[in-house]
Amino acid sequence: MKYVLMFVETEEYARELEAMGDLEREAAYAAVVRWFADNAGKITHHTHLAPVHTATTVRLPRTGAPIVIDGPFVEGKEVVSGFAEVEVADLDEALKLARSWPACPIVEIRPAR
Amino acid sequence: MSRPLRVSEEVLARVVREHAGRLAASLVSLLGDFSAAEDLVQDAVEIALRRWPQEGVPERPDAWLFTVARRRGLDVLRREGNHRAKLEQLRWIRPSPPDDRLRLIFICCHPALSRAARIALTLRVVCGLSTAQIAAAFLVSETTVAQRLTRAKRKITEAGIPYRIPAAEDLPDRLEEVLAVIYLLFNEGYLSSTADRAHARDLVEDAEWLASLLAGLMPGEPEVIGLLALIRLHRARGAARFDAREQLILLADQDRGLWNHQEISAASALLMRAARAHRRPGPYQLQAAIAACHAEADSFEHTDWAQILILYDMLLHLAPSPITRLHRAVALRYAMGPQAALDELTELGPVLRRYPLFHATRAELLRELGHATQARECDRLALALTANPAQQALLERRLNWD
Repeated sequence: MKYVLMFVETEEYARELEAMGDLEREAAYAAVVRWFADNAGKITHHTHLAPVHTATTVRLPRTGAPIVIDGPFVEGKEVVSGFAEVEVADLDEALKLARSWPACPIVEIRPAR
Repeated sequence: MSRPLRVSEEVLARVVREHAGRLAASLVSLLGDFSAAEDLVQDAVEIALRRWPQEGVPERPDAWLFTVARRRGLDVLRREGNHRAKLEQLRWIRPSPPDDRLRLIFICCHPALSRAARIALTLRVVCGLSTAQIAAAFLVSETTVAQRLTRAKRKITEAGIPYRIPAAEDLPDRLEEVLAVIYLLFNEGYLSSTADRAHARDLVEDAEWLASLLAGLMPGEPEVIGLLALIRLHRARGAARFDAREQLILLADQDRGLWNHQEISAASALLMRAARAHRRPGPYQLQAAIAACHAEADSFEHTDWAQILILYDMLLHLAPSPITRLHRAVALRYAMGPQAALDELTELGPVLRRYPLFHATRAELLRELGHATQARECDRLALALTANPAQQALLERRLNWD
């Protein structure tokens, strides 16, 4: 089955990342690179998004012109920071991947068609 | 062939429970479609519940349920040609291998489903309860239960929750989830947290049956035996827990002659055997050991409080919890006196201020130490926090006495 893992960052995590020294931050990035390498056979596609302050949202009302808004579609403390599309047997395998994710503290798993 | 007998609810529940889960396990394996298989079993069970009370339980209830489910499947699964073909070829189902029922339990208790869904699904699919029976047991509407079940079944299919025994590395956590569901069922039956009904006997029986089934399927897991023994030890005291007017009787005041001493010895022996064979103590085994200490004492005064304190310390070491500390404080009161217990409770205040038994326990200790006014205040707090009618009645009696 195909699943998309959505990686979600929190404000707290962003602060932690910021507070890290260079070496520490490099190690954190290296862990992510390793995770992608270790699971390369299952990952069909992945994207890392630019920080949320770059987001622009377009709302399309039923009537009237589209509205362009500066910011993400939900203003919140938790923001999606990337996606990985994986091909695995079932939810248990997807969960196993998500559990081993070394970076941001929330991962949402959705089946994809 | 049917024997035309009047069938009691209890017999009906037992027969359905014994066979519905097996049939579900076999059909899920055969069709590879949890939701479709479950619908067929449920239809067959509902027909059985309508017809067996008048016609009697058939000699081979499993064959009867299978035939009805298969006929129904050939009828309703017209669009799923694949399923139909499989059912058509099928004449008689082999009794499902034990693994199938274990897989069924694990899929129903999958952590990707909500707790409420896990409970409803387990009762429905493994124990064969109807939507109406589940609704009645939890005092929620049938619509709510039906929606919960539909949503859970869709999630299983669409999210790809697998029908298999978890991988070895996941097994301890997944087993813990299963035990938690059985324990919650037992708790709900033993002392319902909702008003209207003080204790729902059926759920205790279902929980006991599930724990016993699981113990048979996973003989290498002492915690399963621990939970089974715990349920049996509490159940053995059932007859003494309520008076004729459904009022709760506290452990200290129970007539121990009414306890089922045979069941108590058997459950204690079962627990001891598992503890010796595996030497892997866990929270359920320890809770059962505490229950055994209470059940084996010939009077409240002769309870081995020192041993109970040791068991609570072990339990707190393995599974720290403020509720367990509250229970330990009660044991401490009998081992060391009310002031020691009250001091212990002081620390727990901020965490447990919404928990009725915390205030009820404090009330008792304060009363013993001669602080009647403070005690009444605590009883009032406890009363305001509990929804259980038997607990409410007990607290009201206490408020009116002094």
